[in-house]
Amino acid sequence: MIRPHDSIIVQTLGRFLIPVVQIFGLYVLFFGQFGPGGGFVGGVILGTGMILSVLIFGHGASRSQIAKNMLHGDGVGMLIYAGIGGVCMIGGGEFLNYANLEIPGLEDAARRSLGIVLTQIGVAVDVAVTAVSIVFSLSAEEIIEDSING
Amino acid sequence: MIFPFEIPLLLLLLVTAAGAILVKDLMSSVLLLGTYSFFLSLIWAWFGAVDVAFVEAVVGAGLGTVLFLLTLFGTAPKDTRLRRPPPSLVTLIVFPLLGVLMLYAASDLPGFGDPNSPASTHISPTYIERSYQDTHTPNVVTSVLMDYRSLDTMVETVVIFTAGIACALLLRRESK
Repeated sequence: MIRPHDSIIVQTLGRFLIPVVQIFGLYVLFFGQFGPGGGFVGGVILGTGMILSVLIFGHGASRSQIAKNMLHGDGVGMLIYAGIGGVCMIGGGEFLNYANLEIPGLEDAARRSLGIVLTQIGVAVDVAVTAVSIVFSLSAEEIIEDSING
Repeated sequence: MIFPFEIPLLLLLLVTAAGAILVKDLMSSVLLLGTYSFFLSLIWAWFGAVDVAFVEAVVGAGLGTVLFLLTLFGTAPKDTRLRRPPPSLVTLIVFPLLGVLMLYAASDLPGFGDPNSPASTHISPTYIERSYQDTHTPNVVTSVLMDYRSLDTMVETVVIFTAGIACALLLRRESK
């Protein structure tokens, strides 16, 4: 189990730094179509923000509750990704052929662009949950079992 | 073609890699490994592979170091010093031989950025020409990863998911 950090410098800096890290993660995730970045890196940065809050404020802090609740979402990212593929099949095409997403008023290229955004969100959710989950597995076995079971 | 920036970067890469192996303290080894990843990401960025550099910096220097440190804190709080036996005779013979073989093979590789190399004549030109009109995505790397090769990326996501599940199953203990 990780206890809160003693130093007030670390705590104050963490309070300031964690939102910045999260916003940067979202920026990297959604800017991946126009520059370097994408779902994988954005997910890792989002997960790292949660890990930072766990390392600084400890497992019990209210700030770490988001990270703890995220563990229930294991597999949601996969569901989003494969679900997009399924929706493409419903639209009458191949698995993961985004041009068959049935959204009226969009041409093929715009549909494929939208499909890339949605699948990147899936990858980001999956990677972020996995990163937080591995950190919790390494650091707090009893705590996490209690919070999930009880 | 040798850039003037490459030589100090490659030297730093060699020094940090050797240091991570040779240093006696596990904590220093982990931190040196993070430094190694950082220099490697600088080299990727220098070659123009910015996406790879980004992943290397975030995962290798950031997340990997945190996971290594947590493992160290969780397993061996006191005894983190290493004792290494001297290398055996087979190691001393085989590894220099392997290095010579790889250097010999490297002389046959196409030059950096060669337009006639197999990697840049097969399907890459099609991707680069058609990526924007097909997907409205200026970053070709993203459009290849998430659109043209989407099924591959999905299975990679499955791999990450499986890694997380395996860690949870192996490492989380039963509650009392």
